[in-house]
Amino acid sequence: MGKDKIRINEEFYDIMPPEYRELVENATYGKESRGWKDMGVNKELIEEHSLCAGCPESMAFRYILASLPAPEDTVMVGSTGCTSLVFPHVALHNIHSLFGNQNAIATGLKRALTVRFPNKVKDIVVLAGDGATVDIGLDMTLQSWFRGEKFTTICFDNELYANTGGQESGLMQKGFVAKMAPVGKKFDKVRLPEIARESGCQYVVNMTASQPGKVEKVIRNAVYIARELGPTYVQIYTPCILEIGKQSMEGLQEMRDSEKPTERFAYKEYITDEAKAYLADLDAKRKAKATAQLAAK
Amino acid sequence: MESTSVIGTVNKKGQTFTEPRQLFFEAPRVTSFLTGSEVIKEAIRRASVDVMVAYPITPQSEAAALIGELFAEGYIGDYMRGESEFAVMGQCAGAAFGGARVFTTTAGPGTLRAFENFPMWAGARLPIQVIVTCRGVNSPLSIQPDTLEISFLLDTGMMVWHAETAQDFFDWILMGYIVAEQPDVHLPLAVCCDGFFVTHTKDTVMLTPADMTLPPYDPYRSPVPCMDMECPPVRMMRDPFVMKSNYISYATHASWQQEVRAACERSRKHTIALMGGLIETENLDAEILIVASGTAVSQGREAIRLLDAEGIKVGLVKVKSLRPFPTEEIRQATKNAKWIIVPEFNVVGWLAREIRAIIDRNDRVIVGPHVCGGMTMPPEVIVEKIHQVIKAGKGELVHG
Repeated sequence: MGKDKIRINEEFYDIMPPEYRELVENATYGKESRGWKDMGVNKELIEEHSLCAGCPESMAFRYILASLPAPEDTVMVGSTGCTSLVFPHVALHNIHSLFGNQNAIATGLKRALTVRFPNKVKDIVVLAGDGATVDIGLDMTLQSWFRGEKFTTICFDNELYANTGGQESGLMQKGFVAKMAPVGKKFDKVRLPEIARESGCQYVVNMTASQPGKVEKVIRNAVYIARELGPTYVQIYTPCILEIGKQSMEGLQEMRDSEKPTERFAYKEYITDEAKAYLADLDAKRKAKATAQLAAK
Repeated sequence: MESTSVIGTVNKKGQTFTEPRQLFFEAPRVTSFLTGSEVIKEAIRRASVDVMVAYPITPQSEAAALIGELFAEGYIGDYMRGESEFAVMGQCAGAAFGGARVFTTTAGPGTLRAFENFPMWAGARLPIQVIVTCRGVNSPLSIQPDTLEISFLLDTGMMVWHAETAQDFFDWILMGYIVAEQPDVHLPLAVCCDGFFVTHTKDTVMLTPADMTLPPYDPYRSPVPCMDMECPPVRMMRDPFVMKSNYISYATHASWQQEVRAACERSRKHTIALMGGLIETENLDAEILIVASGTAVSQGREAIRLLDAEGIKVGLVKVKSLRPFPTEEIRQATKNAKWIIVPEFNVVGWLAREIRAIIDRNDRVIVGPHVCGGMTMPPEVIVEKIHQVIKAGKGELVHG
């Protein structure tokens, strides 16, 4: 959909919230070069949020929204958790229905939109926490990958159930003492990125949200590849500073510390040959287009 | 897409999009001899369904697979097997959020596994249609017909209808979409039947022509935005009330729950216009009435025939819609009855409970006979119960 569909009736203009007016006037719809650098000036997709001060999840959320290649045709699917407090603020159609069924919802949604808009690309992006993705929703996460469903799954991995107050999750580190793990978690952090690779994902990345440029690149790749080839999975460390005993200003450092080469969030990427070739082709086309535009000038 | 604009045009299968009332009441009908499962397929062939999600569970597996054949023939936009009923109902929700007309079927333990989805469907105002071919939900394992699961569905906010015959199925599946998709209703619909008795037996059914189909669903008539990024508003709210502990949050949730129930009540006028009422009645002047839903109605009819041969007159109320519940209709229909017999295919007698809750002098309600666990209910059992009632006579209660 383009900006022409979201015009505000003049009679109501003065009573519309400022961020809705901004959306209508300045939306980066159709701007292929949109990215994290627009964040300071284009806040139309997310302005306020209701997460804790300094929450790395809120940073990652902003980077992701700024990086979506085609927000005008992107529908997001969430799940219960801290992210479900943010989604109502987001100026993209987004669905919260239950806890853990996000990849089932995305499956039906993608199929419906493919039936309804056969000549148009509609990107579907799932964004859920690690409890939703790996514990209660693992079945539906994996099954959507087995089926090769063409959408992106992003997991905000904060290694625990944050919204309910810091309980053990499957992605928690072994030995971590938390609620419901009173003597320390007994088993290893579930290796979902590797499972994703074996389950048919075309592109898998394990990372933190410390570098917006890197998040942008990964999200764009993930959405482009899912659009054409099949499922993609991005697991991003978004530490819950509250539950690991950090201060508001310490989230960034926590992510930097955790992405060192020997640490559990060292940047890891898996991409199929097919996806690699597809990205190279996209890149070549983009360059050819830019060259042609330059020549035309 | 404006659905009225497509009336008279032809889809890719050569079917003409037909005005619903014309399809239901004016189109010629052909007599066919089919199983209930085959009838479900024939109804869906004419329903312009966009997405069907299937999963195997007895006794609905055959119907779900037959609709796969319809997909292979090109009558349905997309079709898939989900991984569990919980996932299936999520996939149905996703498709409905995306503006598709959605169909699915389930049964017994599947209904219960799916359960978290049903109030979500209603709250999200998704006009999905699910066929529930009831079977036992107890342990030890049973696959046999038993209607206990219907009682769980009654307070989900969904519309719930209970079909007696394959003909009901054919008509109600098609009419159901028209009722469920009305802007002032826009709710999911469970069309229930008694498994095996309806799904696996052959019956004579009057079908509409296969080259006529319902107009497609128009998601832009929904009272809530379709999640397709083709319609504003794209920003839903500034201040989410999801988990806030304040009056506005409570009031929002409270009023929405009431609105969902009100929408269900508003479906009455559409249902009455198409199905002739939420109940059907015969011989209401009789002192003894059988009030039933589903297959129990058919057995009641047989019992009435047997009693008639003995010179005992018994009337009948067939309850077609359980949600909305035909409260006033049943009050009126039973006002002169001395005894109200409620035969049921479940252990708890939920229909009797519903009726007792809404009529005056509710000691007139005889709970039963009921059978469960897959047992059939020979009409003689109902006859015997009525004999007991007559013998006990004069105000003395008879418990089944």
